[in-house]
This record gives sequence, C-alpha cells and structure tokens, in this order.
Amino acid sequence: MKARVHVMLKDGVLDPQGEAVRHALGGLGFGGVDKVRQGKVIELDLADGTTEDRVREMCEKLLANTVIESYQIEMS
Amino acid sequence: MRAAVIVFPGSNCDRDLAVAFREAGCQVEMVWHKDTTLPSGIDIVGIPGGFSFGDYLRCGAIAANSPICAEVKAHAARGGFVLGICNGFQVLTETGLLPGALLRNAGLKFICRTVPLIVGTEDSVYTSGYKAGQQIDIPIAHHDGNYIASDEVVAQLTAEDRIAFRYGDNPNGSTADIAGILSSNRRVLGMMPHPERAADEKHGGTDGKAMFASIASALAAA
Repeated sequence: MKARVHVMLKDGVLDPQGEAVRHALGGLGFGGVDKVRQGKVIELDLADGTTEDRVREMCEKLLANTVIESYQIEMS
Repeated sequence: MRAAVIVFPGSNCDRDLAVAFREAGCQVEMVWHKDTTLPSGIDIVGIPGGFSFGDYLRCGAIAANSPICAEVKAHAARGGFVLGICNGFQVLTETGLLPGALLRNAGLKFICRTVPLIVGTEDSVYTSGYKAGQQIDIPIAHHDGNYIASDEVVAQLTAEDRIAFRYGDNPNGSTADIAGILSSNRRVLGMMPHPERAADEKHGGTDGKAMFASIASALAAA
C-alpha cells in the first residue's frame, strides 16, 4: 500500500519561493497568476496494514514541521 | 570546562567551533551523530554550522532526529548549556528546544558576508561579555536564516529578554530582525551568524571571541 503526503507552508507564512515562481511566470507572459504556493509531495511505500494514524505520527515527528507547515495524507 | 561538538554528515563548521572553544580554554570532544551518549562531564554542547544531511527534507530536520539529539535534549532538560550556530540553530528549532523556525531567505539568495548585529541582552553566559545595545560584526553564511515565529512567541521572547542578537540591517527577512534567541532558562542559544568565524585576528575580525571567553569563564566557575 502507499501513502502520499502533501506538505505545504501554512497560510500566512510567506513563501518566497512561490513568489519567485509567480514572478517568473509573469515574465514568461502568463498573466493572471495572482499567487503561487510551493510545497512538496512525499510518497511512501508501506507494509500492508499500516494505518493512517501511523502516517500521521510520521508527519508530526519528521515529515512536516507543524510550526510552519500543514500536511494532508492520501492513503491508497 | 568541557565542550562537546556534534558532528553530522555535512557539518562543515565543526572544527572551527572546536578551535574557538579550545582557544577559550575549553577541553573539546567531537561527538558523532550516531553516538547515543555524550561524554561524561560535558558542560556545553555545540551544534555546528553546515548542511547536515544535505539539508534534505528541511534544514536540520533529519539531524534533529538523529540518535545523539535525544541526548542533547536530555542534556538541555538537565539544565545543560547548548550553543547552536547556523545549521545548529535550525537543528535546535527542529528539536523544539527553541521556538520558531528558519525559512528560506526572503531574497532567495545564499548570503555570505559580515553583518552588524545588535546585542539584545547581557543576561546569559553567551552575551555577558558584551553590552546590551552594542554593535558587533559577525559573518553570516546561510540560505535559510529567515526566522519566523508567531506574534505571541515574539512577544514572549521580547518580554522575557530572550532575543540575544538582532540584525542591524536585516539581511534575510527575519521577524523582528531576530538573529539569535535564548531558551527560557537562558542556557540554550541558537543564532544564525557565526561567532566562531570571528574569533581570531586572521579571520579578519574578533567580535565573536568574547562569546567563547564568557562561556569559558562562566562555566569554569560553575
């Protein structure tokens, strides 16, 4: 089984990388991009029976820094 | 007085930090990240600058979960002293020993230059060799030194006089110009600038030397 973890900077935390990407898109002529937020996706191959709660522990302990980041877990 | 300097894969200021401690009169032990105990009788743990674990995932995140860091946390919980510089500051925020986090510099560039710092407090073994309000010149060398914390945390740090250093001319977007902060017991200091790179005439500046001198004299007397 697999889990996919999406980690994003929390709303309100300035994302200078996203801002640089937005600026670059504007420079390429892509108008109308008001905001870009950059995050990361972490894919985990897991032993059968691993619970979402277990993945949440992984997020809290290592995969996300909850001071600045939020995360979402997709199990499949 | 005895100091331990932690070495992670990717640390690159470990030897400089050891030299600065040694020149101040400390006995220094280098400690590998996989070790599960600190040498006995350690007064202060130094967590050096560098790029531990290649800055993978987040700066300092993997180092903060390495075996030795459990011991560093226990040392701090016993009232031990911990000095984290640059990547060491990032590790200390990731362990939760210090509040807040370090984000990518607001200008997105790696910044490597000597910057003016304003000493925020004299009330710690790290800063007792300076005067509050004094300007000192210390090098920075980081990509992720943009300190962020909630308004409540910054208010608390300010009210408790725990902002050890502020930037004279904020280079990286840090909240409230914060360059270094103390723990609530004032024994853990995390700072992005590198005092160990300004501790010898040949470095081109010696404004960092007073920090190691005051640590050594305070802990020798303890």
